Amino acid sequence: MNRLFVIIQKEFRQIRRNPAVIRLILVMPVMQLILLPHAADYEIKNINLHVNDYDRSTLSRRMIDEISASGYFRLTGYGTDRKEALQAIERDRADLVLTIPAHFERTLIREDAAPLMLEVNAINGVKAGLGGAYMTRLLRDLNNDIRLEWTGYDPMNAAALRTTHIFRYNATMEYTLFMVPGILVLLLTLVGMNLTAINLVREREIGTIEQVNVSPIRKHQFILGKLIPQFLLGMLALTMGLTIARIMYGITPAGGYGPIYLFAMVYMLAVLGIGMIVSNQAATQQQAMLVSFFIMMIFVLMSGLYTSIDSMPEWAKWITRLNPVTYFIEVMRRVVLKGAGVADIAREFRIMGVFATASITIAIVGYHKRS
Amino acid sequence: MRQFLHFVRKEFIHIRRDTRTLVILIGMPMVQILIFGFALTNEVKNVRFGFVDQAHDDQSATLIARFEASRYFEAEGAYPDVQSLDKAFRQGRIRFGMVIPPWLSADLSAGKGSTLQLIADASDPNAANTLVNYADAIIMDFNRTRDETAAVPFRMQTETRMLYNPQLIGAYNFVPGVMAMVLLLVCTMMTALTVVREKETGTMEVMLVSPMRPMRIITAKAVPYLLVSFFNITTILLLSVFVLDVPIRGSLALLFTESVLFTIVSLSLGLLISTATASQLTAMFISLIGMFLPTVMLSGFMFPIENMPIPLQVISNIVPARWFYAIVRSVMIKGSGLAAVWKETLILIFMALFFGGMAIRKFKLRLA
Repeated sequence: MNRLFVIIQKEFRQIRRNPAVIRLILVMPVMQLILLPHAADYEIKNINLHVNDYDRSTLSRRMIDEISASGYFRLTGYGTDRKEALQAIERDRADLVLTIPAHFERTLIREDAAPLMLEVNAINGVKAGLGGAYMTRLLRDLNNDIRLEWTGYDPMNAAALRTTHIFRYNATMEYTLFMVPGILVLLLTLVGMNLTAINLVREREIGTIEQVNVSPIRKHQFILGKLIPQFLLGMLALTMGLTIARIMYGITPAGGYGPIYLFAMVYMLAVLGIGMIVSNQAATQQQAMLVSFFIMMIFVLMSGLYTSIDSMPEWAKWITRLNPVTYFIEVMRRVVLKGAGVADIAREFRIMGVFATASITIAIVGYHKRS
Repeated sequence: MRQFLHFVRKEFIHIRRDTRTLVILIGMPMVQILIFGFALTNEVKNVRFGFVDQAHDDQSATLIARFEASRYFEAEGAYPDVQSLDKAFRQGRIRFGMVIPPWLSADLSAGKGSTLQLIADASDPNAANTLVNYADAIIMDFNRTRDETAAVPFRMQTETRMLYNPQLIGAYNFVPGVMAMVLLLVCTMMTALTVVREKETGTMEVMLVSPMRPMRIITAKAVPYLLVSFFNITTILLLSVFVLDVPIRGSLALLFTESVLFTIVSLSLGLLISTATASQLTAMFISLIGMFLPTVMLSGFMFPIENMPIPLQVISNIVPARWFYAIVRSVMIKGSGLAAVWKETLILIFMALFFGGMAIRKFKLRLA
């Protein structure tokens, strides 16, 4: 026990005596947590619309007026030049092109139906999807309106099935409620895993590990002695992050802080264990960094924070299930927004427990005192 | 010049003798482009949904079947009451729900109309919005086909065409994004660490007393990584075209030149970091922890930059990946030429000069 304590003391001293690193550890994640969530705070407004109006009728003008008044679209071009419209899309000046064919109003009245063409710049997936959907909805509403005005009766509406919408858990559609805890998880993982990954191999590269290897320190003491300071550092970082979330964004978890801390403890062990495994296997710090960058990319992009897991193919869903970040983000989402308690996240606890036990065990077994 | 080549050779030997790093350096981008190219998409689809069917008649069955048939929804199951639907939401089993009112068929055929309640998990607001839109479209279709005899007058029929990416394939967006990330971070990290490593292990002293100009020593360090990146660019593009079916619509030569330019930006950024730091730990912290998330979030491939709050739009200007991502997207997917991307190209050239220049200045200062 005493030996373990000595190692912990040594680690803390090393951290303390490197003020540049402390500053980086504290300042950089905090700044990112303050800035980055706003990137996701985008509202799809100001979708650039180019209208090609070959009809120039009362109806087409009304259509354009209502679209502009909706607040979602910005009319960036208007005319009858098809080439100009396509160029606007190519130069990213327009996201959508709406084409109203000649004699649109007349056809609509005479033949009861008339075509419109909507072209969406689908390179920007998010904007394309939402922009196209808004436009379709607007045109549908407008269609219902004119039908009602022209006939005084709308068969589509009278006997139809209507819908009401409830946006559960986040009625004000606040993006930060989900993004801030999510980014906090990523930062925690990034710092915890990389610091651990570089830690042991650094001693190996500098040569100080030889001294440890000839000392009577047992290998589990050595590994635990390295993990415990990182663990405490992680908890400190989590506390800072949650404080920022509360002060800057007014986020208080609906399910309380208890479940988050409990889960974070198990999670931290799993992540630090992975970092330690990387450090055990790497020959140089450079190698360790490269491998943990690789792991981080997969952890971050396959976690369900940025893109939906439901949309992934089946084999990719398996990768997300082997990714500890997925579980912590899910837990955050449930505790912060849905008010889940410890009982509601029991399954995630069990899985993370397995992760933690496995990674710490492998880390201890994988460390050899012999070179 | 011959001296310089000697140093380059030395660096090559370093890399070649570390086979493991080389394998990771070359294998990693391939694995990543394949995983992310196939797995990531901005589209919201196959969302698990649950429903409470209070009607249990033929219309409610039709409605549910319509949702199941849609590619956007996947039925998780029927729930007896709203409470159990709620519980499924809380446990994360479903992200979308609907409550079908009683006497649906009767009300609809009596011409009274009826109201369906849609519930979306709005913890991700944009996804929730999209889902509600999809659901509304399904309901509209349901209304239209329910009673085909009723002629609906004045129908505006909107035909929607998705340009450049008709099937909304995720890879069209994520291949350029992942390419920018991997090239930037790998190059920056690698160069930053190699130089600092020589400082840390003390071999830097030896090189500094050699007759070589110090800046050449450092540049020599970057050359092998430039070649590795060359190789990586090639494999990424080959995989994109032949495995992921992402087209290269513009000029291949232009795409390649821009990629090399971007690699040079990354390498000079790495050199700058390495001259400004004293330990690999600090260099790692800046090049990986400091740059990772900003690159993911501010380069435009996850979130549209034009829609971010103004301060972040300003900050995103200094993210090199932002410009490269825009270039790759234009050249690869849209098939644009240099005329469309000259601005981005100039910015990248400026960045390369700036980072490189700063690295030289910092380096001289340290020697003084």
